[in-house]
Amino acid sequence: MSMPQHKDYAGAKLGMWLFLFTELLLFGGLFLLYAVYLARYPHEFAAAGREMHLVFGTVNTVILITSSLLAAMAVTAIQRDNRRLVLVLLGGTILCAALFLCNKYLEWSAEIGHGIYPNSPRLAAGPPGESVFYSLYYLTVGLHGFHVLIGGTLLALVAVRVQRGTIHAGDYVLLENSALYWHLVDLIWIFIFPLYYLLL
Amino acid sequence: MKEQAHHSVGYGKLAAVWLLLLALTALTVWISRLDLGVNRVCGSLAIATAKGGLVIAFFMHMNYEGRLLRWLLFVALATLAIFIGFTFFDVLYR
Repeated sequence: MSMPQHKDYAGAKLGMWLFLFTELLLFGGLFLLYAVYLARYPHEFAAAGREMHLVFGTVNTVILITSSLLAAMAVTAIQRDNRRLVLVLLGGTILCAALFLCNKYLEWSAEIGHGIYPNSPRLAAGPPGESVFYSLYYLTVGLHGFHVLIGGTLLALVAVRVQRGTIHAGDYVLLENSALYWHLVDLIWIFIFPLYYLLL
Repeated sequence: MKEQAHHSVGYGKLAAVWLLLLALTALTVWISRLDLGVNRVCGSLAIATAKGGLVIAFFMHMNYEGRLLRWLLFVALATLAIFIGFTFFDVLYR
């Protein structure tokens, strides 16, 4: 190429962070709804929260923290031009994302099996606070699960480009921004976990 | 605009942060099984905030970023705090 391509590394990362702030405010709104309804229906929330599966929540927390470590290590590995290691680490991150979603599937299947889903006859017959709790739970965790799916897909696309050599030690902002997105998914789960699984 | 030098965080440091995050997870689960009343809410949220801080500072490299991103993070978190705080002024003293 006669003209070197212009790259604005700082600008790309700034743009990613601005997007992540809007994500923080999006989930912040859902946490605010949770807090306001917890203040209005403390007993119903406590009764509903006791039915949550602590084991699923804890295992998924460990899985996401580990996946975040692997993504952060992948950034270090690309900086050190160790392409093989980057691919192994990204593979591990994606595997963790898949495990997380499998657990989510099992957990939701168990809950739906117990008649707990939005507008189910059981919740419609129960106190209003409980159905609010589960509606918020399905909305927040569902939206988070959707982010896990997007993040996993993004990291898989990045892995393909690392394999092809279009992402390398001299130009890896796409990998770094995808890792930032993945850390945000972890960050949000760090707050979902105590709110829905531990507090009540 | 001058490009900043890219900071590389060593594997050992990242693994140490990971161990700390796992320890805090174990601590928060343990605390939640104790009968502490309102303190449990504060404790759980304090631990979650500490974990979030670790993720942002080390995994997301905020510790090594320049002033611009740090200030923007502060503005975003302050906005979040204001809209949660002001909503509660309304909800609690209605």
